Amino acid sequence: MSDHVVDKRRRLFLTASATAVTGVGAAYVAVPFLASMMPSDRAKAAGAPVEADISKLEEGQLIRVEWRGKPVWILKRSNDVLAQIAADTEKLRDPDSNESEQPESCKNVGRSINPEVFLAVGICTHLGCSPTFRPEVAPEDLGPDWKGGFFCPCHGSLFDYSGRVYSGVPAPLNLVVPPHKYLTDTRILIGGQA
Amino acid sequence: MRTLILSILLLLSSHSYASSGHELESATIDLSNKASLQRGAKYFVNYCLSCHSAKQLRYSRMAQDLDIAPELVELNLMFTGEKIFDGMTISMRAKDAEKWFGVNPPDLSLIARSRGPDWLYTYLKSFYIDEERPFGVDNTLFPKVGMPHVLADLQGLQRAVYKDVETAGGGVKRVIDHLEIAEPGRMTEREYDKAMDDLVNFMTYMGEPAKMERQRLGWKVLVFILLMLGIFYLLKKEYWKDIH
Amino acid sequence: MSGMLKNALGWMDDRFPLSKVWNEHLAEYYAPKNFNWMYYFGSLAMLVLVNQIITGIFLTIHYKPDAKLAFDSVEYIMRDVDWGWLIRYMHSTGASAFFVVVYLHMFRGLIYGSFKKPRELVWIFGMIIYVALMAEAFMGYLLPWGQMSYWGAQVIVSLFGAIPYVGEDLALWLRGDYVISDATLNRFFAFHVIAIPLVLVILVFMHIVALHAVGSNNPEGIEIKKHKDAKGIPLDGIPFHPYYSVKDLVGVAVFLFIFALIIFYMPEMGGYFLEHANFVPANPLKTPDHIAPVWYFTPFYAVLRAVPDKFLGVVAMAGAIIVLFLLPWLDRGVNKSIRYRGPVFKAAIVAFVISFVGLGYFGMQPVSPVGTFFSRLFSIVYFAFFLLMPWYSNLMQDKYVPERVEEK
Repeated sequence: MSDHVVDKRRRLFLTASATAVTGVGAAYVAVPFLASMMPSDRAKAAGAPVEADISKLEEGQLIRVEWRGKPVWILKRSNDVLAQIAADTEKLRDPDSNESEQPESCKNVGRSINPEVFLAVGICTHLGCSPTFRPEVAPEDLGPDWKGGFFCPCHGSLFDYSGRVYSGVPAPLNLVVPPHKYLTDTRILIGGQA
Repeated sequence: MRTLILSILLLLSSHSYASSGHELESATIDLSNKASLQRGAKYFVNYCLSCHSAKQLRYSRMAQDLDIAPELVELNLMFTGEKIFDGMTISMRAKDAEKWFGVNPPDLSLIARSRGPDWLYTYLKSFYIDEERPFGVDNTLFPKVGMPHVLADLQGLQRAVYKDVETAGGGVKRVIDHLEIAEPGRMTEREYDKAMDDLVNFMTYMGEPAKMERQRLGWKVLVFILLMLGIFYLLKKEYWKDIH
Repeated sequence: MSGMLKNALGWMDDRFPLSKVWNEHLAEYYAPKNFNWMYYFGSLAMLVLVNQIITGIFLTIHYKPDAKLAFDSVEYIMRDVDWGWLIRYMHSTGASAFFVVVYLHMFRGLIYGSFKKPRELVWIFGMIIYVALMAEAFMGYLLPWGQMSYWGAQVIVSLFGAIPYVGEDLALWLRGDYVISDATLNRFFAFHVIAIPLVLVILVFMHIVALHAVGSNNPEGIEIKKHKDAKGIPLDGIPFHPYYSVKDLVGVAVFLFIFALIIFYMPEMGGYFLEHANFVPANPLKTPDHIAPVWYFTPFYAVLRAVPDKFLGVVAMAGAIIVLFLLPWLDRGVNKSIRYRGPVFKAAIVAFVISFVGLGYFGMQPVSPVGTFFSRLFSIVYFAFFLLMPWYSNLMQDKYVPERVEEK
C-alpha cells in the first residue's frame, strides 16, 4: 500500500459505471432465458384456428370442438330459448356483457353472430373447470327456477343459454366467446381474427 | 502472432465434413438474399419434397423468414393437404420407400449441417448416365446412389468422359475425367448452377433458421462487451494505482 | 454505510457469518500482488460452471430424455423455443470453453509449481474436478442423440469392457441394456443434470477452501506468508477484493467477447464444438465413416489407440490421467516456479506441451501409419515427462530464488 492520494470521485464514478453496465448486461441476458419459457412455436401451432362443421347440428344439440387444448361449445338454440334469454335478464350479473370477453360482432343479447348458433369456450371464468350442459327445466338439484343453461360442478356457478353468469355464484364474468367467423353457412373457423 | 492465429483458424476450418477425397465445388451461400431463398424453396418443394421430408421446418416459419405471404405458401408451396403450421412432411411411408428405393430417403432438415452446402451443391451436379443402375444414373460424389436424377428435366443428362491413368502397380485404370451434357434439359449449364445455388442456399437456411437472427444480433452483443471491457479496464487501472 | 444497513448487517452477522465469510475469502484474503494473466482461468472456470448450470436448467425445461424424442427435442429447442438456439449454443460452446479454461488453469499450476507442498490437496481436488468434468461432458454428449453421441458413447462404454473379469458386466451395468439405448440415455440424463453437477459444485467449494487455507501461489513461486508486517498481513499480499475482483472483471470481459464471438458467428467451430455427424439422428445400424471424440478427449483417445492391445490400451489411457494425480509427489524440484527451475525442466515442459497437443491432433485424425507412429512417440514422451520427473526435476535448478516480489 502506498500513501498516494486516491481520487475518490473517479473511483466512485468508475465503480458506478461498472455496476451499471453489468446490471444492464445481466438484464439483457435474462430476457432470452425468461422468454424461452413462453409458449413455443409448437404450442402456438397447436393453437392455430380450427374449423367446425355445423351442417348436422340439430336444435338443442351441443357439440364440442377442441381449440388451444380447450373445449369450445357450439350450441343450436331454438326460438323459444332466444325469446327467453332476451326476456330473463334481471338475475344476471353482466347481462349486456360489458365486462366480459367476446368479439365485437357477438356483443348482443344472444352473444353470437348467428342468433341460433352460440359458441363459447367451455371453461368456467371462476377457476377453470368445464361446466356441464343442463338443458332440462327445473331439475331437482338446480331448483324450480332453472330454465336451462350451464352449471359448473366445481363451485356451483350458473350460466344461461348465452353463457351469461347469474349473480350470487362465484364466477365473476360471462363465459368467453372465442373469436370466430363463418366460412360458409355451415362451416365456422374458430380462432384467428374474428 | 497474427499469422499464428490465422493458421490456427485455418487448421480449425479444415476439420471439415467427412471428406471422400472428391473435390467439392463451392456453393454461393447468402442467407440475406430472400429472392434466392424463395426460388430455392420452390425447387425444394417441387423436386425434393415428394420423397424427402423436412419435418423440422414449419411452413409458417418459412413464410415468415422468407417474406412470403402465408396464403401464397398455402397456394403455391403446399401440396399434401397440410396446415400452414405443420412441418414439411411427406405422405410416403418408410416401408414403401424401402421397397421402392432400397433405402428410406432421409429427412433433409439438417442435411446442410451434416454434409455441408458444398457437398450438396456438388452432389446435385454430379449425376451421370449409368444404364446398369436401377434408375439409369449414378453419382460421382456418391457412388451407387439410390436416388433417381429428379432434376434431369432441368439439367438434362450428363455422360461420363473417361481417361486412363497408370496405377501404382504399373497397370492402367479407367477413371472418370469429367462429365458433359449428353441430353440437354430446360436450363443451360449456367442457369442450372444458379438454380442449384438457390436450392442449396435454401437448404442451408432450413438447417438453421435462427442463423440470420444470430448473425444480426451478434455484433451488437460484441460491441456491448467491448464497452464493458473498457469500463472494467479503467476501473482496474484506477484501483491498481494503490499497488506498487 | 448508512445506519440502517449497518443494523441489518449486524442482525445478520449475529445469526450467519456473512461478514466473516466475506472478509476471510474476499476483503481480507491476501493474494500475492504479482498474479499475471494465467491467473484469470480459475475465476473463468467458475463463470463457465455457472453458465453451464443456468443454461442447462433452461434446456432441461424443453429437452426430452427419450431415444424416440431426444433428437427432435433438441431441434425443437433450436427452432420452436424462443431464444432456444442461443441457450443451446451457450451450453454447447460452454462445454468446450470449460475445457479450454481448465486446461490453461492446470497448465498454469504445472509451470508455477502450484501443486507443490503445501498445495497438494488443492491439486488433488482440482484433478477430481477435472475427472468429474470429463464424465459430465461425456454423458452430456449422448443427450442430443445424434450419430456421434451414439457411437462415441458406444466406444467409451466398451472401454470398460476391457477390464478383466468384471469389464463386460460393468459395461452392461453402465448401459442398462445390451447396446446403448433408451435406458442408457435416461440414466446419463440423470447423471448429467443432477448427480455430477452436485459433485462438481461441492468439489469446487473444497478446492477453494483448501486454496484459501494455504494461500495462493504466484508466478515467482514465493510464499508470501513468510514475510508479514506487524499486523500479520503478508507484505507482498493485497486484499483479493477489490484488487483481484476488479482485475478478474477484465478477464471476464475478454472471455465473454471470445465466447460471444463463437456463439454468434461460429457455434460449430468448424466441427470441433458441434460435430457435423451429430446432425444426423442416432442410427444403431450404421457407424459414421470416421468417428472421433470431441477435441478435449482426443489426447487420451490417441494414447488409447497408440497401444495395440485392448486391455493395455485402456490401462495406458487411465494411466495418462492417474499420473496427473501423482504430480505433487513426482516432482522433487526445490524451486516452484518455472522461472527458477533451469533448462532441464523447461525443456521437459516444452516436450510435454508438444506431445499433449500432438496427441490431441492425432486423436482427431483417422488411423494412419504416420498418426500411429507419432501417437506412440508422443505417448512415450507424455509418460516419460511424469515418470522420470523424480530424477530430472531437480537438475540444474537456479541457485538464486527471490524471497520477496521484486519491484519492476
